[in-house]
Amino acid sequence: MNVTLKVFRYNPDVDKKWHYDTFNIEAQPTDRVLDLLEYVKGYLDGTLTFRRSCAHGVCGSDAMRINGKNSLACKTLVRDLGEKITVDPILGLPVKKDLIVDMEPFFDNYKKVLPWFINDSPLPADGKERLQSPEQRERFDDSTKCILCACCTTSCPSFWASDDYLGPAALVAAHRFIFDSRDEAAAERIEIIAETHGLARCHTAFNCTMACPRDIQVTKAIGELKMLTITGKLE
Amino acid sequence: MTNQHQFEVIVVGAGGAGLMAGLYASKTAKTAVISKLYPTRSHTGAAQGGISAAFGNSEEDRAEWHTYDTVKGSDYLGDQDAIEFMCNEAPQAVLELEHYGLPFDRTPEGRISQRPFGGHTNNATGKPVRRACHAADRTGHMILQTLYQQCLKNNINFFDEFQVIDLLMVDGKAAGVVAVELATGELHTFHAKSVIFATGGHGRVWEITSNAYAYSGDGAAVAYRRGIPLEDMEFFQFHPTGIYKLGILITEAVRGEGGILLNGKGERFMTKYAPNVKDLASRDVVSRAIYLEIRDGNGVNGSNYVYLDVRPETVNKYAVLDGRTNPDGSPVNVTGEQILKKLPDIIDFNRVYLGVDPITQPMPIQPTAHYTMGGIPTNKFGEVLSENGTPYPGLYAAGEVACVSIHGANRLGTNSLLDLVVFGKYAGLRAAEYANSAEYTPLPKDPTLNTAQQFDLLRNGDGKENLTDISKEMKKIMFDDVGVFRTEAGMQRALDKLAELRERYKHVRVQDTGKVFNTDLLNAWELGNLLELAEVVTLSALNRKESRGGHAREDFPKRDDQNWLKHTLVWKRNGKLEIGYKPVVITKYQPKERVY
Ligand SMILES: Cc1cc2nc3c(=O)[nH]c(=O)nc-3n(C[C@H](O)[C@H](O)[C@H](O)COP(=O)(O)OP(=O)(O)OC[C@H]3O[C@@H](n4cnc5c(N)ncnc54)[C@H](O)[C@@H]3O)c2cc1C
Ligand code: SF4
Ligand code: SF4
Ligand code: FES
Repeated sequence: MNVTLKVFRYNPDVDKKWHYDTFNIEAQPTDRVLDLLEYVKGYLDGTLTFRRSCAHGVCGSDAMRINGKNSLACKTLVRDLGEKITVDPILGLPVKKDLIVDMEPFFDNYKKVLPWFINDSPLPADGKERLQSPEQRERFDDSTKCILCACCTTSCPSFWASDDYLGPAALVAAHRFIFDSRDEAAAERIEIIAETHGLARCHTAFNCTMACPRDIQVTKAIGELKMLTITGKLE
Repeated sequence: MTNQHQFEVIVVGAGGAGLMAGLYASKTAKTAVISKLYPTRSHTGAAQGGISAAFGNSEEDRAEWHTYDTVKGSDYLGDQDAIEFMCNEAPQAVLELEHYGLPFDRTPEGRISQRPFGGHTNNATGKPVRRACHAADRTGHMILQTLYQQCLKNNINFFDEFQVIDLLMVDGKAAGVVAVELATGELHTFHAKSVIFATGGHGRVWEITSNAYAYSGDGAAVAYRRGIPLEDMEFFQFHPTGIYKLGILITEAVRGEGGILLNGKGERFMTKYAPNVKDLASRDVVSRAIYLEIRDGNGVNGSNYVYLDVRPETVNKYAVLDGRTNPDGSPVNVTGEQILKKLPDIIDFNRVYLGVDPITQPMPIQPTAHYTMGGIPTNKFGEVLSENGTPYPGLYAAGEVACVSIHGANRLGTNSLLDLVVFGKYAGLRAAEYANSAEYTPLPKDPTLNTAQQFDLLRNGDGKENLTDISKEMKKIMFDDVGVFRTEAGMQRALDKLAELRERYKHVRVQDTGKVFNTDLLNAWELGNLLELAEVVTLSALNRKESRGGHAREDFPKRDDQNWLKHTLVWKRNGKLEIGYKPVVITKYQPKERVY
């Protein structure tokens, strides 16, 4: 099938302002949008710039807006888009070049929620694993799937409004540790996310959940965190 | 000079091996980790099935059995002292990950859950053993996240999206690296006492591959250009189960959970090739079996693929036939829901990319290029060795880029993640120890010269040739002629073709003349690495006149211990390629015939 691919372009070395370039491409319905971008780069315009690595939706490199929806280019197939495809960079982070945005503010927010395991108690006497039942493990399973692609955070109206909002991805990271029965720093993290740039900014718009390529129930996780700040109970 | 940095230890690469090295080196030495990708984008995150350790959480298991299985899996080319060391370290290494917070799946008793994997057996009964510790089918993702998080916790210095182009060696000693900062295009010199390469493999040499775009063999190619030898490059693993045409990996854990390979006639063909462990034989064995089935016209619809079937009815049926039970002795009776729980990503890949639902349909699969067994020669402390076996002071390597050699001629599943954690740690420790006792080697006069020259060539070619064409032709011939099965004529053809492609490569010209995120330039440079390494792979393979593990020659179908129980080394100095050998370390296990 013939596809019209419209791509956002901005090269700070030469452009004052962004524009779109349009390419006509013969594509298979099963082609990934990433395959189309690679084709353009390989044969039509070597200057087209984007990030990618794994090509199957597990590394989080190629988040972009595809026909208006935040998606991974490697996990979005032509057959689900039709003949007209428009690709823009994700919103709310400064564009560096074409589809590449500055990810630093995103990772800075992530780092704020203490996204690492904290347990200063002595290890079990036998030196082995800290025990955890399958049910306790299940409690935070969903939020361990996050690949830090930023699809959620850059689809969130509250994040667009002000980038000092931690954003859903950082909250998912907080959830992953707060609900891990082995971790001991829940209180500290709750204090961080309960501050003004945290949970209160989320107006439950569900954009984030819709955008997540890992099918994480992002809004649900945030809801659980909100509940926790109200009841103070970890269950 | 601008953009000059000084660290006692520089780690190149932020996958499992690099992060582990960084964590350990930084305990006693000023350390930085440089990575062309954001650390969490590293390919370790793609690993699915598990990491091995003989805990015996569900059934009896021993480090000794793990050692023997790995030696046998390697087709006796692995160095037995290093293998034994790794397998003994395994339980502690996995526990360390758990103590870092890694969310392993759990047994009902709350311990780390383990599943069977190809080639891992109970040595007393010969039956598959539960040795692979897992977190659903995203074990690598959890390892990568957990190690990165620990690095953040410990304030490790990161240079994210910096790509290393050159290694600085002075009088045979490491002095640092040169990297380009992707966001600005600026060159940076990193002066160091110790340099650790942990840059992963080169699976992008082949057409059908499970490997990321980033798998362009940068570390191996950079070292090779500096005259450092590469070991056992003919040994590259083709994983039996990649998604048809796409190559995306379907983990062996599918078979570990009871999935079965079926040919076009609906026959379970592995009983013919590995009567004891059948579908859970070693990867090289299963990949060859699939090729032979297809050659005999037993592919599905006469095509070049077969089925991997993990539908509950199939799993339950073959469990009865094989006499397999649950750990508590009860009969296997899985449901679609349970399979979804254990293999969520695999189910998702099939649904997204193929529109196939593995709970109700079999998956079309074909072998896919997967893992680099060869690489930069090291000992078990990560020290890089010259062809004489002497270490290059200050130079280390760990992870898939290194060849210790643990995996020999064929890697067992789950042993790579283990390799990263164990040898990443020891490389980090050794590099820091050396840095604490050594002085900085003065940098060469114009440290970025060689890097600038490489880039200039790519910018100033006449533009007659297209990069993507060259890349495609390389991948195709390597997959056809230096793949699962090999012959003298095929490999010679590949070598000639590679020479032609390398010549044509001189005529490419990158279109992007800018500095900011010039991925055009870096893609071109990476293709140069792949072409260089493809030649080393092919030459090493052509030279080895026997079949062993992942290297299967139709013209020499037998293993030949008399002449070939030795490691290959290839190095290039002053433009000339040389081949040498070194003996395999054999301690307890004398080579014998390998049957599964
Ligand atoms: C799909 C898949 C599934 C797998 N499943 C399993 C499994 O279940 N069990 C198992 O044991 N093994 C598995 N493996 C193998 C295993 O995952 C890899 O061998 C291992 O993760 C490699 O880790 P590494 O640290 O060596 O490299 P990587 O994790 O790939 O990291 C390489 C790093 O080097 C950096 N880098 C590369 N070049 C440069 C450069 N020029 N400059 C700067 N930085 C650079 C990259 O940015 C990256 O950070 C699997 C592999 C694949 C592909
Ligand atoms: S639910 Fe909250 S975090 Fe998610 S998009 Fe809406 S406001 Fe943002
Ligand atoms: S929660 Fe989902 S969308 Fe958000 S960063 Fe993680 S994987 Fe991406
Ligand atoms: S390239 Fe890795 S998620 Fe798309």
